[in-house]
Amino acid sequence: MTGSEELIKEKKTIIEARNVNVFYGHFQALKDINIIMKENTVTAFIGPSGCGKSTFLRCFNRMNDYIEQFHIKGEILIDQKKIYWKSVAVEELRKEVGMVFQKPNPFPKSIFENVAYGLKIHGVKDKNFIEERVVKSLKDVALWDEVKDDLKKSALALSGGQQQRLCIARTLAVEPKIILMDEPTSALDPISTAKIEELLFDLKQKYTIVIVTHNMQQAARISDKTAFFYMGDLVEYDDTKTIFTNPKQEKTQNYITGRFG
Amino acid sequence: MTHLDLELKQIKQQVLEMMSLVRSQLAKGKDAVLTFDKDLVHEINANENRVNAMELNIDRDIENALALYTPVAVDLRFIMAAFKISADLERIADNAVGIAKYINSVDTQLAQKNLDKIRFTEMYENALLMLDNVYEAFEKEDTKLARQVFIKDVLLNEINTNAAYIAIELIHAKPEKIHNYLYLLSIIRKLERVGDLAKNIAEELIFYVEAKVLKHHPKETE
Repeated sequence: MTGSEELIKEKKTIIEARNVNVFYGHFQALKDINIIMKENTVTAFIGPSGCGKSTFLRCFNRMNDYIEQFHIKGEILIDQKKIYWKSVAVEELRKEVGMVFQKPNPFPKSIFENVAYGLKIHGVKDKNFIEERVVKSLKDVALWDEVKDDLKKSALALSGGQQQRLCIARTLAVEPKIILMDEPTSALDPISTAKIEELLFDLKQKYTIVIVTHNMQQAARISDKTAFFYMGDLVEYDDTKTIFTNPKQEKTQNYITGRFG
Repeated sequence: MTHLDLELKQIKQQVLEMMSLVRSQLAKGKDAVLTFDKDLVHEINANENRVNAMELNIDRDIENALALYTPVAVDLRFIMAAFKISADLERIADNAVGIAKYINSVDTQLAQKNLDKIRFTEMYENALLMLDNVYEAFEKEDTKLARQVFIKDVLLNEINTNAAYIAIELIHAKPEKIHNYLYLLSIIRKLERVGDLAKNIAEELIFYVEAKVLKHHPKETE
């Protein structure tokens, strides 16, 4: 075990799934998933399309609640709190667990308003506070230098890579504990992708990141832990180095080496 | 079959061809010593260029496979093993050239009784057998066979250790032949080195197939 793997083991558990089963009507999308994720780590979810990885990711901030016929059995704990309990305020949960989507989805508002949006809908009115938080968030995603003179410009005028970093800044502005990312770079060019990947490395000092990716090399580059899903099963979950050098399960090996199916 | 599969298959074939050529170089070295045939020495020297060219080809194909296909898991281990094995093979071939070089340096053929005394043939045949083992083991991904190399290496080390005492005895008995005996001892030393390199190849093969690192650890010989 390397030094960094030892360090991860000692970190606090922030996400825990216990016997999670997810159904869309009669279709079972996830089967008895158990997993523990530590704070300030990056965990990558990999697997073929339809394997359940995005469904599982969306369980952590209850994004699946909107889907008709969705129901979940088992428990998901964020920071030791069961998030599917009736008493949980979903809006509060989503403040703690932010999400970045595949395609950048800035609002048709100014750059400033995009980042300030989350704070405003959570009732923050102090203009100085909002301004400070906007600047800090834009700096955290390394976008500040590129937009500081144009904060009133429409966010839609930014490039795809800048829009995605803006969306991450919008997520950071409300200071979540966890950031969920569903293929956040699949619509970006290699340079923008590299910037986001570098950003993730910096962000994990403060946040816990869970990312769904179809890009094996991206999972290998950026994550501490990797979980491989197949047909609703969590086939293997281990240190990323182990998954990409010596996976224990044949299915994992076949998938990561491109021999699946 | 994926593009990477085709690349890996080709690299494996190249490594097997290189093993076969290197084995033949080493076997010719033995014949050259036993028969004092200087034509064989020329042949070994000429073939050395082919060995070097093969190593360069394998290096180039491995570099391309790494750059273009970013292999992982068993594929990555194979590539890493093939890269090291081709370097080990090139060094075995260098030893074959070194052994052949002594034939040009000694004035008379090495006496069979002295070769027997120092266990030259036994050692040489074991070294060749080690190369046969790694060839078959690499071809069939047979780690059990690869492990047999470790036992044979112990024998080579034992013969090498005793060779120094035997060489001293021979030199005492016929000091005027000191050059021949020192060359003989050097050949034994080179064969011991060949054994070490064959052992390295077996270790790399086991790393590739079983993901176990045996280097610098006591060997499991089964």
